[in-house]
Amino acid sequence: MSKAAIEGPPKGGFSFDLCRRNEMLVQKGLNAPSFLKTGTTIVGLVFQDGVILGADTRATEGPIVADKNCEKIHYIAPNIYCCGAGTAADTEAVTDMVSSQLTLHRHHTGRESRVVTALTLLKSHLFSYQGYVSAALVLGGVDFTGPHLHTIYPHGSTDTLPFATMGSGSLAAMAVFESKYREGLTRDEGVQLVAEAISSGIFNDLGSGSNVDICVLTKGHKEYLRNHLQPNPRTYISEKGYSFSKKTEVLLTKITPLRDSIHIIEGGDEMEE
Amino acid sequence: MLDSEVPATTKNSSVISEADSQRTLYPYVTGTSVVGIKYKDGILMAADMGGSYGSTLQYKGVERMKPVGKHSLIGASGELSDFQEILRYLDELILYDNLWDDGNSLGPKEFNPLWNSLVLGGVKNGQKYLGTVNMIGVHYEDNHVATGFGNHLARPILRDEWHENLSFEDGVKLLEKCMRVLLYRDRSAVNKLQATKITEEGVTISQPYALKTSWNLAAFKNPTVGAEGPW
Repeated sequence: MSKAAIEGPPKGGFSFDLCRRNEMLVQKGLNAPSFLKTGTTIVGLVFQDGVILGADTRATEGPIVADKNCEKIHYIAPNIYCCGAGTAADTEAVTDMVSSQLTLHRHHTGRESRVVTALTLLKSHLFSYQGYVSAALVLGGVDFTGPHLHTIYPHGSTDTLPFATMGSGSLAAMAVFESKYREGLTRDEGVQLVAEAISSGIFNDLGSGSNVDICVLTKGHKEYLRNHLQPNPRTYISEKGYSFSKKTEVLLTKITPLRDSIHIIEGGDEMEE
Repeated sequence: MLDSEVPATTKNSSVISEADSQRTLYPYVTGTSVVGIKYKDGILMAADMGGSYGSTLQYKGVERMKPVGKHSLIGASGELSDFQEILRYLDELILYDNLWDDGNSLGPKEFNPLWNSLVLGGVKNGQKYLGTVNMIGVHYEDNHVATGFGNHLARPILRDEWHENLSFEDGVKLLEKCMRVLLYRDRSAVNKLQATKITEEGVTISQPYALKTSWNLAAFKNPTVGAEGPW
């Protein structure tokens, strides 16, 4: 397609050019901005007909909760979803990128995407950035070969598991899974177990909180249960509501239509090429 | 050497009059988590019997829980030689209830620590005490305590499933559930554990035994079925 000579493999990976300048700035006293992280609990589990993914909804910026109800279960393909922990921008960007690559691939091949395709694209991208793209993912989906669940670590290694947890709340959630998981769970038991694991993360880990999101993927069908559980409602709501004082009074409302300044000329010259 | 006239409930650091040679800065031989819960008749505690030398599981018969006096039990994780030293001090002082305060007094003045996290339990006059102290002196008392990894893996389970008036069998089952999860997920755990019971009558330490574990989920045996490529 391009007329330039082939230059060899594309130069990718992290460009370290600005690192020295950043260090110099920090030494001079600049407070480096902290990242929006999703200190998180994300889980996935394989049940008899497919895969269930679960996530909490708290995004933190250092010690502050930046977003009380963010979405951590990202769309990758109609049959593949991915939960993301780590830096929020990294998980969003990486999943969006792979999702668009897969859409093009689907148009090219005319077939449903496979989970291992998404897996390979994600892991090779993360590996080439040597862990600097701080995204820890739980990828799950159902394709024609069956249900699959994988975990992907920021440095690019992956695991294939029947149940998995990631994020700061992973230990609390794993404690629930290790004591209660068994093979051949039904859909309702699976949703119940995932909700329990995420709740364990929400209540026992400070980096996770708010609500529980669940996504159930089966052959040819997906169910995204946004805010399936809301175990942290706002306790006190003032009944008086809010009222804001009016600074200026509205005297008159007048609508002025803009003058119509387009004339249509009959039989004029056509535009030149 | 320790002054034998020092009263039993002392809290101050005059107990240690010997010049301290430098204490543990890096733990060498360590024990992993201890988990304790209150139940209907007293306290139940469990700890495995592993002593790790760095990343080697070297000692598999270490008793990390010891009775102190007639009514109390101390369990430790962390540096095992420091634990033995604590036991020596306690034996000399013959303490009863204020054990955790003495754990504190041995704590750091300029971070010269005894590298341990301790779980202390006792029953006296119908009152059940269950507390924990760690190396920097943080101590508190609760219905269920754990040290080390147990904090992250066992306490979520205990928070959900503990209730007042657990029977002995239920308490043991609950502790075993926690120890099983720790066995699966803590790399320095061994499958040989002791459980202990403290009631009004005294302290009973069980014989070492092993938990039944199941590693044979079909998905573990053949993880990449239908998805060759990911390992």
